[in-house]
Parts: sequence; structure tokens; C-alpha cells
Amino acid sequence: MANENQSKPLNVGRWVTWSLFALVLMLAPLVFTSGLGLTVLSQMGIAIIACLSYNMLLGQGGMLSFGHAVYTGLGAFLAIHALNAVSSGALPIPVSAVPLVGGLAGMGFAALLGYVTTRKAGTTFAMITMGMGELVFAMSLMIPEFFGGEGGVSGNRVIGKAFLGITYGPPIQVYYLIAVYTFIAVVLMFAFTRTPLGRMLNAVRDNPERVEFVGYNTQRVRYTAFIIAGFFAGISGGLGALNFEIVTAEVVHAARSGAYLLFTFLGGATFFFGPIIGAILMVLAFVLFSEFTKAWLLYLGLIFLFMVMYAPGGFASLIMMNLRVASFGKLRQLGVSYLGLAVTGLVALAGAAALVEMTYHLQLSSSLGSEIVFMGVTLNTSGLDHWLAASVVMVIGMGLFEMVRRRFAREWEEIQAFIEMKTNQGDAQ
Amino acid sequence: MEFFIISMLNGLSYGLLLFMLSSGLTLIFSMMGVLNFAHASFYMLGAYVGYTVSQWVGFWPALIIAPLVVGAMGAGFERVCLRRVHKFGHVPELLITFGLSYVVLELVQLVWGRIALEFRPPELLQGPAFTLINHTVNGLSMQWGVAPAEMCSAADAAIRVVCSPFPATRGFMMLVAMVMLVGVWLLLTRTRIGLVIQSALTHPEAVEALGHNVPRIFMLVFGAGAALAGLAGVIGGSTFLTEPAMAATVGSVIFVVVVVGGMGSLSGAFLASVLIGVIQTFAIAFDYSVATVAQQLGLHLGEASLNNTFVKLTLSQVAPILPYLFLVLILIFRPKGLLGTREG
Amino acid sequence: MTAPDSFALELKDLRKSFGKTEIIRGINLAVKHGERVAIIGPNGAGKSTLFNLISGRFGASSGDVLLNGTVINGLKPYEINRLGLSRSFQITNIFPKLSVFENLRCSVLWSLGYKYTFFKFLANLDDANGRANELLKMVNLEKKHDVLAVNLTYAEQRALEIGITIGGGANVILLDEPTAGMSKSETTRFIALIKQVTEGKTLLTVEHDMGVVFGLADKIAVVVYGEVIAFDTPDAVRANPRVQEAYLGSAVADEQAGGH
Repeated sequence: MANENQSKPLNVGRWVTWSLFALVLMLAPLVFTSGLGLTVLSQMGIAIIACLSYNMLLGQGGMLSFGHAVYTGLGAFLAIHALNAVSSGALPIPVSAVPLVGGLAGMGFAALLGYVTTRKAGTTFAMITMGMGELVFAMSLMIPEFFGGEGGVSGNRVIGKAFLGITYGPPIQVYYLIAVYTFIAVVLMFAFTRTPLGRMLNAVRDNPERVEFVGYNTQRVRYTAFIIAGFFAGISGGLGALNFEIVTAEVVHAARSGAYLLFTFLGGATFFFGPIIGAILMVLAFVLFSEFTKAWLLYLGLIFLFMVMYAPGGFASLIMMNLRVASFGKLRQLGVSYLGLAVTGLVALAGAAALVEMTYHLQLSSSLGSEIVFMGVTLNTSGLDHWLAASVVMVIGMGLFEMVRRRFAREWEEIQAFIEMKTNQGDAQ
Repeated sequence: MEFFIISMLNGLSYGLLLFMLSSGLTLIFSMMGVLNFAHASFYMLGAYVGYTVSQWVGFWPALIIAPLVVGAMGAGFERVCLRRVHKFGHVPELLITFGLSYVVLELVQLVWGRIALEFRPPELLQGPAFTLINHTVNGLSMQWGVAPAEMCSAADAAIRVVCSPFPATRGFMMLVAMVMLVGVWLLLTRTRIGLVIQSALTHPEAVEALGHNVPRIFMLVFGAGAALAGLAGVIGGSTFLTEPAMAATVGSVIFVVVVVGGMGSLSGAFLASVLIGVIQTFAIAFDYSVATVAQQLGLHLGEASLNNTFVKLTLSQVAPILPYLFLVLILIFRPKGLLGTREG
Repeated sequence: MTAPDSFALELKDLRKSFGKTEIIRGINLAVKHGERVAIIGPNGAGKSTLFNLISGRFGASSGDVLLNGTVINGLKPYEINRLGLSRSFQITNIFPKLSVFENLRCSVLWSLGYKYTFFKFLANLDDANGRANELLKMVNLEKKHDVLAVNLTYAEQRALEIGITIGGGANVILLDEPTAGMSKSETTRFIALIKQVTEGKTLLTVEHDMGVVFGLADKIAVVVYGEVIAFDTPDAVRANPRVQEAYLGSAVADEQAGGH
């Protein structure tokens, strides 16, 4: 059958992609050798598992959850308690297995809370998850035994006998543990999308009513997927507990749930690898971007708004669209326009960002004097001329951007029409 | 006794505030199917804009101007952003309001700073609306405004006098909420535009076919919802605190109200708001825990039990999670909500 | 086990009210195994409501629906589907973001016993893939194997809809206005398709196109204002004065009667 012939080259491609992924995970610390680099990489691994597990609900199941941090967070708490139990000798498992405890906790809580949560769909589901998230966070302040009160719960991962020289003392060892878990988790979650339950979950997303009419209980499909997502969420939390050796109530806060949503969406919920991009962006934003500018949350919010309006499929969809254009040999044509968009866009952004930064400086750090350094240029926030200059730059940039954008839109339309014609020809044969 | 009355009134006023917010949310949801995640952000904007306007021209003009400004912002957002997203479905609509809530929070902090503002109510509303005086001998009596000091203390040590003031701001809140409720109801049921809105609720295409500009109606409804939230913000901000966290504080509760009351049901939202408002107000006032209740009942609990976290938890500590407990219970026992007819 | 002369589908005094309005007002119908029944009637007569009641989309106010002798009213749609009844929809109800092949595969998974398993790979399920390919051939969508369902033409989507409906191997098929919105030639081809794929099964279809009805059906049930006013062979129904009255008005019916 045609299917089998197609799968052979596909299989090779698949092996290559996964091998590359494993290679990147293995060699990344050799490229980013600094302490900061290592901690960023570790956090990326943790975030990748969390965002992929979130997308099992959002992108694959059509379930918009505002409370995913509950499962990553509770997994983290149970993992840190398990770690302490391992330290005291009460729990005879290797430290490497502690994230699995987190996974089981995530799974357990998902089974418990998920039954009520998955009863409804759509907007109601979203609000239930929000309520659950608030409930758990509020309870975290009430039960200090489990949640550790203000200071959270700490643990020590350097315990027990060293196994093959691995003590988890040095961060590099923790990174490789995270890398192994990340690889296995990603493989498993990808495999899930290829199973009957995974496919029926997609069907539930597309048309929950029809699913009932092909013999499946829609709620059962959602509930089962919810539990599986909870398992992986818990693993992510457990790895976080090992990495930071401390878990505070912040891990179940609504802000974290919001971050999962924001970045998974930004990365792209409609493709499997989208959340991976989102997770990487999330860590970069929280660890690095926030150091660059105080206005990072504003920028983030605005970027998110733009993405929802113009690219609801996230960065992943943008990449895929361009790959598709490239496969028809038309990407070169867009090169000039893309360059133009980039240049004019950057100019407009520079002007806008200068204004934003100056405003933030006025509001937050005016005591430090009226000058700020922006992209190597010293700007005086008290002088009107700099404000004017920034505004002019921004307006000119926006005007030029609009001009280039129109040209780009025309070219894009032409190419899409060309592709359409080509595919129709292919079908007709 | 006076404690009960005052607490009841406080609870009612808080519940009515919740209703002012959740009614706008319900209207927007019913009309457009959009769950406005940024509704509490409009509430916050109302408070901040109200503060600024009242600094210039006083509180009473601000009461009119601020909601209009916030309403215009809401309508503008609908026109520029939300409208573009309608065609993608309900999830992107929710997401864009979610993004808006982040942006509004940042902008508010940018313009007005991160610390709480002193948004004082006008002279007329400062102080109590009335004071309940519980005199051991004379019984319960009421005094408009502030009760003079001599009425609140008794020379005789055997007589106990307790004065419980009811803040005028709270009373004003209730008044505005009731007026708003009646006004909206009249608008929807008695005016032509109200009827059009009601029909656009369930049959937007038919309404459009009849020549009404449905996108414009959506913009108006969204703006109106935002304006109502802004109005609630002016009142809430002057009664309670005006600070960046105010959106988050009230935001999740109104979503609970909407679900508990039944998605799309105004009367359900009313019932749920009042219920949650009253219960939470009473709960905060009670410092009772299982331990203290047992003590009062004369039950003797062992040392271990008395030290148990759950036993020691007072009702006032638990008060913040009560709305969410309600949510879970309603979803288990009555998923449609108290008065809901739609499945959402 | 069903008795040899039992009915595939039986409706006993079925009633449904929405609020105070009674839409279905006591319907009695008995469809034999392998019979092809067309349900016709003026708009608003309650035909789609009837289908919704039978397939479990909502519950009846009173009365019973029996599938192969088992009472199914009150059961959830998926329970009814698992007992052997499947339906299509008037407004195309497919899985838009899945490919045509995936759509069909989804419809066969339960019937092949795969349930909620996440330990097997779809690619290895030979029976499911084989059956899905069979269905693909049956509905003439082989060339659209990997096309996303949302990108199909209207007629192709209707064909896919039929494919999904029969996928699970149900023996009682309900088709709700399958040829709605099709041109004459499309309709003719589509009816041939329906006849082919529902060979040997019990079929109920709501239809407005009389040509289709007379070509396809063994029996016709005429539903007017929530009641069945005639249930007979096509010729008998054509001559039935009550039916004529309902469709053409009493004056014409009198004329017909008087003219004979």
C-alpha cells in the first residue's frame, strides 16, 4: 500500500530528528559552559516537560487549563518530601528516582481533581481549573506541614552512596539527569500522540459530540489524558525540586499556570514541537530577558497579544508555514521582503522600546538620575528632545514597516496561490 | 445582634459589588460567548482612572467620567483586537483577554506606580451611614451618621454599650449596585436596543440579516460591560484599596460567581454573588476553629488533636478558599450552576 | 439474542416536549431488520428531533425506543452506538483538523476493541488501518487519503460523514438529510453510494428529495406535527389521502379523491 512506501523515508527522517535531539541534549553543556548557562539549560529541560504535558491538554485535547501549576507544583512538593525521606532513610530509593515520585503524585492528584474538572469542557473547564488552582494555592498557606509555610520545604540531593561517582553535587550531573528524563519524557509524549487514545483525544478536540457517536465516552477520554498529562507534569515538578533543592508555594501559584499557558501558546500549540520552543522562550524570558529590562512583562504581554491576533499557531506554525514555502522552492523570493520587514521592524521597535524604557525609568528609578543607557545610547528622560527623537524613530519605523508589510503580503498571497495550484494539480493526478 | 446586622449588610454590599462585576461578565459572555479574562482589569482601571479624575474635578464627576473612559477603552480594545480574533474561536478570544490582563496590569503600574493609592471617598461618604447602638438596658437603637461619643459609653460599669457603625461607602455601594441592576434590566427589557441585544444573544446572524450592525453591537456590549466594571472600580477603589493587586484579588472570585450561578444567567450571578459575599464576610469575622468550638461545647480533645493543623484552622483563615470550595461542590452536585440553563 | 422476527428499531408512544411545547406527540414505529425507511414530512414536523431522541442526543419525555429489543432511551449516545446504532448529521459533523484517513480510523477504533489504550501504536493496528482503507475506497475518497477534512469539498465531506457513520459496523444507520445541499448529479451518485455501503443494514433516512425517497426506500414514514400519519410502501403512501392533504392541502386531496 502507498502508506508503507511512504513510511520508509519518513522513518529515516524520524531517526535523524530524534538522534539530533539527543545529541543537542548531550552536547549543550559543552557549548554553554558557564554556571548561568548550565542552570538555564537545566531549567529548559524541566520547562520542556512541563509545557509538553500542558499541551497534551491544550493543543491535543482542546482543554484550556488555567491551573496546570497545581500538578507540577504538587509533584514538586511530594518529590521534595520524598527526597527528605530518602535522606532520613525512610524511603530506600535512589535520588534519581525521586522525580518519578513527583510523577506519581502528579498522576494521583490529576486522578483525584481531574474527575470533577473534566466533567465540563470549553470555557467552564477553563474556569474550573482556575478555581482549583486558586484553591490549592490558598490551601498552601493553611497547611504548613506539607507546604512549608513562608520558607517552603528544602531538601538535599547529595545523599546516599555515590553511584558510579554520581553524587548530584555538581550542577552538571543534575543537568544530565534532567537531560535523560527530558529525552525519555519527550519520546513518550510523542509516542502518545500516535496511540488510539492520543488520536481520539484529537478527535475530542475537533468534535466532542461526534466522538460520542463513534462509541467513545468523551469525558473518559479527557479524564484519562488529564491523568497522563498530570504524570508528566509531576515529573517536571520533581526535577525542579531536585534542581533547586527547595520548593515554595510559588510553584502552585496562578502566575506559573499563566506562564505555562502563555509560552505554550507562544511556542505553538498546534504542533508537537511548539511547546518545546515555548519552554525555551519561557526560561530565556524569566532568567535573561527580565534582567535586560524592567518592562519585560509588558513586552511579553504585547507579544502575546500580537501572536493571538496574527499567528494563533505560535512560532511553530510560522516555522512550518515557511518550511512549506521552502519545499516549493519559493522561500528565496521572500528573502528581500523578510529582510525589509526585519530592518524596519527593528527600527520601529527601537523607537517604541526607547519610549517604554524611558517611561519605566521615570516611574521606577527616577531617583537614580534622569539618564538611561539604551542600546548603547545615553538617553535623557528629562529632556523633551530625546522623547521626541524616540517618537519620530518609532513612527518612521512603523510607516516603513507598513509599506514593506504590504509588499510582503502581496508576495505571500501569490506564493500561497501558486502552492494551492500545485497541490491541486498533484491531486488531480 | 448588631454584629449580625452589620455583618449582613457588609456581606450584602460586598456581594453586590461582586454582582456589579459578574453581571458585566455574564452579559459579555451571553452576548458574545467571550469570557472576558480582563474584566477585573477594567475594574482596576476604573479605580485608577477614577482616582486621577477625582483629583482634578472631584469624586462625583469622576463617578460618571471614569466609567465612560474605561468603557471607551473596552470598546476600543474590542474594535482593534478582539474583533480580529472572533473568527478563530472561543479559546483565542479568551486568550486575548488573558493577554490584555497582563498588559493592563503593567500599564497601570507604569502610569500610577506599584504602591497603593489613597483614593478617598468624598466628604459626604466618609464616616458611617448609620450607627447601631446596643445598650444593655435600652436595647437596640439606630442613629444616623456618627453616634456621639457619650452615646457609646455608659457611666455605669454594669451597662454595656456597643456602637457598630455601618460605613457610608458601603451603603453607597449597595445603592449604586441596585440602581445599576435596575437600569440594566430596564435597558434590556424595555428599550429597542435592549431587545436587539437580547436577540443578538442567541441569533446573531438573524439579527444581522435584519440590518442591525452586529459587530457594532458587540463593541457596544463589550464597552458597556467594561464601563460597568469601571463603575464598580470607582466605588470599590474608594471603599477598599486601590492597588495593582486589586484585579487579581477580585478577578478569580467573579469567575467563581459566574460558574456557581450558572454560566449566562444574570439571576444566577446575583444569587451567587450575594451568597458568596455574605458567607465570606461572616467567615472572616469568625475566629472559630474546630478546636475553639469543641472547647465551647465542653468537648475535651487530646493534645495531638489540638495541635493538628486542620483542627487549629480558624474559619477566618479558611475564608479565602470558601468561594473555590463552593465551586468544587457545585460542580460535583449541580454542574449547571445554581440557576444555569446553558452548558457554557 | 434477538428473536428472528423482532424489529431492528421500535418506537413505542414516543413523546418529547421542550418546555410546554410537545414536539413529538406519540410516535409508534416498528422497523424490520434490513428495511430501508425514509422519513419525510414538512419542515418543523420534528424529524431531526426524532433522530436526536433515537440516537440519545437528548432524552424522551416519555415512551420507549428499542434497539433490537433492548430499551435504549435514557442511554448515553456512546452506549447506544456501542449497541449497534450509528447516525450522521444534517450539518456536516466531521473531525476538521484530522486527515480523511484519520477521520475514518477514529470511527473504527472502538468497534475493534481498542478503547482507551495508549500502549499500542496506531501504525501497527493492521485491522484498524485495513478497515479504514476499506472505508476510504467505499466512499471514493482514496485520493484524499492525507487531506485535512476541513479542506474537502462539501460533497466529499458528506461522503466522509457517511464513512464515519458506517465505520463502526453498526447495523442500524440513521442518516439525517444526507443529500442536503447537493446538486442533482451529486445526489444521484450519493444515493448509489448510500445503497452500496448500507447493503444489508437497517436504514432510516430523513429526506426531502422525493426522487431520492422513491428510489431508495422500501417503506416511507410520514411525520407531520410530531406524529406518524402514514407508514407504508412508497406507492401506498403516494396515494394516501391524509398524506396528500398534509403536503398539498385539503382542497387538492378532495379533488384527487373526487376525481377517481
